[in-house]
Formats: sequence, C-alpha cells, structure tokens
Amino acid sequence: MDLMVIADNMPAYLAGFRMTAQLTIVAGLGALVIGLTVAAMRVSPLGSLRVFAATYTELLRNMPLTLIFFFAVLVLPQFGVVLPLGYWTAVGCLTAYTSVFVAEAVRSGINAVGVGQAEAARAIGLTFGQSLTSVILPQAVRSVIPPLINVIIALAKNTSVAAGFAVVELTATGRRLAQQNPADVVLVLAGVALFYLVVTIPAGQLANLLERKVAFAR
Amino acid sequence: MSRATSVLYDAPGPLARRRERIGSVVGGLLVLALVGVGAWYAAGRGVFEADRWAVLWDPPKNQSALDVWRSLLVVGLGATLRAAAVAAPLALLLGLVLAVLRTTRLAPVRVAASVVIELFRGLPVLLMMFFALLAFGWSAFAAVIFGLTVYNMAVIAEIVRAGLAALPKGQSEAAAAIGLSRGQTLRLVLLPQALRTMAPSLVAQLVVLLKDSSLGFIVGYSELLKAIQNNAQYFGNASVVALFTVGAGIYLVVNISLSRLALRLQGRTRRTAAPAVDVTAPGPAPRGATTGH
Repeated sequence: MDLMVIADNMPAYLAGFRMTAQLTIVAGLGALVIGLTVAAMRVSPLGSLRVFAATYTELLRNMPLTLIFFFAVLVLPQFGVVLPLGYWTAVGCLTAYTSVFVAEAVRSGINAVGVGQAEAARAIGLTFGQSLTSVILPQAVRSVIPPLINVIIALAKNTSVAAGFAVVELTATGRRLAQQNPADVVLVLAGVALFYLVVTIPAGQLANLLERKVAFAR
Repeated sequence: MSRATSVLYDAPGPLARRRERIGSVVGGLLVLALVGVGAWYAAGRGVFEADRWAVLWDPPKNQSALDVWRSLLVVGLGATLRAAAVAAPLALLLGLVLAVLRTTRLAPVRVAASVVIELFRGLPVLLMMFFALLAFGWSAFAAVIFGLTVYNMAVIAEIVRAGLAALPKGQSEAAAAIGLSRGQTLRLVLLPQALRTMAPSLVAQLVVLLKDSSLGFIVGYSELLKAIQNNAQYFGNASVVALFTVGAGIYLVVNISLSRLALRLQGRTRRTAAPAVDVTAPGPAPRGATTGH
C-alpha cells in the first residue's frame, strides 16, 4: 500500500475527471434540449406526435446503454453512418439515452400540477400563454428540478460505459492505472471512486434538499 | 394519458378538434417522411436485402437456424438472466438488511449503514465490476454479480427506507402499545405493509438491474450482447443488423413486460392498501426510484 500512487498519477486522474465532466456537461445539455422537445410532444394535443414521443421514450428506456453504444459502434456503419469512434460517439449515445429520462421527469412534473390550478387560471380569464407562464410552469419547474438533478447524477455515472468504447475517462483511467500498478489496485480504484463521489454525493444532497423544500411549498 | 385530465388544455370543442386532427395528420406525415427517408437510404445501402437477414432462418457456413437461435436465446439471454437471477435476490436481501440497520437506535451502526448506502449509490456499476475484477481478481461472472449486487442493494435500501417512512406513524405506535419489540414491529407490522407499497418500485429496479447486466459485455462476461457480437463476427459484419434487431427485441420484450408488471402491481396496491403516501407515484418520486437508471 502506497498512498503516493495516487499523488504520482494525479495528472492522469485529472485528465480522466475532465473527460468525465465534459461528457456529463455536453451530453447533459443535449439531453435537456431533446428531452424538453420530446416532453413537449408528449403533452401536445397532436395525437401523432404523442405517439411518436411515447414510442421513442419506450424504446430507449428499455434498452441498456451498452446496447445503444453497441448500435452506434457496430451497427450504424452498416447503414453507411460511420461516427468518429470515441468522444462524439459517446456524447451521442449518452445524449439519446439520457433525453428519455429528462422527458419523463418533465412530463411527470407537468402532470403533477393539479388540474384545478389551470382551471382556476382559465376561470379568472388568463389566456393559454398567461396560465402556462405564470401558473403552470412555475409549479412544474419546481417539482421537476430534483428529479432532473437525479437524472444528471445518473448520467455522470453512466459516462463510465464509454470506457468500454474507446473513451479514456475516469473509469478507463482507473483500469489502465490498475494494470500499471498491480500492487496498489485497491488504492488506485479507490482514488477513481473518490472523484466520482465528489460529484455524485453533493449533487444528491442538493436534490434532496430541494425536494424537501418543494414538499413544504406544496 | 387521456386528454380530459391534461392540465394544459380545456376539453376541445368541435373547431379545436378539427384543427388538432389536421395538425396531427401533418405531424404524423412529417414523422413518417423522416422515417421513410431513413429507410430509403438504408435500403440503398442494402440493409434490407434478404441474404443479410438469412442468418436468422437459413444461416451460411453449414450452421442451422437452430444453432443461431440457441446461441442467442439459451447461451446469451440465459447468461444475462442468470446474472440477474443471482444478483437480484442478493441485492434485495442486503438492501433490506441495510435499510433496517439504518433505523436502529445504535448511532454507529446507523451511520455506518448510511455511509455504505451513499457510497455505493454514488458510484458507477462498471467501476465496481472493475474493482472486483482487478482488485479481488474475481472471474468476470463474479465481478458482474458483485457490481450489480452492491449498487442495487444500496438503491433498494433507499426504496425500503422511503416505503417505511411513508407508513402512518400510528402503525408503529400501535405495535409498541400492544408490547411488540422493535424487531417484531418491523417484521410483523411495518415491513409487510411497506413491501406491498414498494413492490412496483422494486420491480422497476429489477429492470434497471437487468439492463445493467449488459455491462458484463465490457468486463468480459459472455452475455446477450457478446453472443450477438460473436455471431456477427462468425457470419460477417453484414449480418449484424439482423442480429442486433433480435437482441434489441429481446431486451424490449423482457423489460417492457417487467414494466407492465410494475404498473399492474401499482394499480393493485392502490386499490387494496390505499397507502397514505404513494411511494411509487410518478412525479417527484422517492430518491431511490429516480437515480436508478
């Protein structure tokens, strides 16, 4: 056991952490955009869009992320689409996979607003736009934020799957360092775990805190 | 979701209904057009040619269709289900124990249980599989089981905690009043009720566990994905589309049936037990339910 093994490899850890953070942020933003679009389709009055959004959600939600990576790396080339292996493939897969969970969180947030709220808003003569922006969305956003944070936490952990598909992020860094330092495997991987926990635990606490706040505000 | 319960709109009148129908048809045509362009492009690349799909009914290289399907369903899916079947009961048992330890009066035990839960919930399953593989030197199968078990055990402990917290306080007070010990209260009064309301969340977590077993592909456990890849390598890359379609179909069928089961359980608990707080309600769900994917 040699604690120096973590200090010695700090540059590698930090590079891995940066890649994990970058994947999380880029894929997270992409997933927010697509997820909001899908959620909007899902609650729209247009039946065909609802069906499309529901199918998209149901398909991606029930497939493992590994299968989606598998599709992008090994199946898409058969369709003549060859993605650059590594970073952008990972961003695409993580975005597609996470967008579904964003959409579900947003949809249930909108549905969690009591029907009476909108009815009351219409009864006092607010237009659709007014009732949406000053009555429904403020309440929906509040109950959507905690589950959304949990979705992003799950995304941060899911970036590790990219380690299996030629992206050197935290988990892949850990695997490489473990193979280089066979005497200190436990320590090396504990170092990797620490980098994940630094992000996931505070974010989880924040989600909890906000959730409790929302529960009181109701 | 029926329109009548939507927060966003009034029940539409005849004019709005006609407009919606037109919009729906236009939107539908747009989606179909996009899918059509994709399919046309794929057909141009020969994706739908029969010989590429023949691997499913009349494979080349002197193999029978039975061999292919056996390798996918018995060997591949079998290995996936075996990992889930070993890990799920373990995770459930350890999760229950952790949740109970978290409610004991001994502060050190309580803190230790919380630390274990927070730790394993915050780490990627894949990292824990690598940990077992590289640090303990375990086999790929054991590593998959380890990763699935410790992660899901922590999530299930959270689900159980939420289920116990959702019970009315009167239940444990009444149990104490008739002289039951803390252990008896948990075993005879609280857990039977909580487990009922938690059943849907637990089944949903089983879907997550099953999906995560595909990480075995990365750590070298020969499960369903590996079976697809092996077949694709043997029969040539052109067959990968057909094989992938089957694999994705298997995952969809298994997971959607499990999700349906969860929904049905949810409907059932709502009817019979009518819990004060529905832990499984969609929306701002308990923590365990939303972090699991």
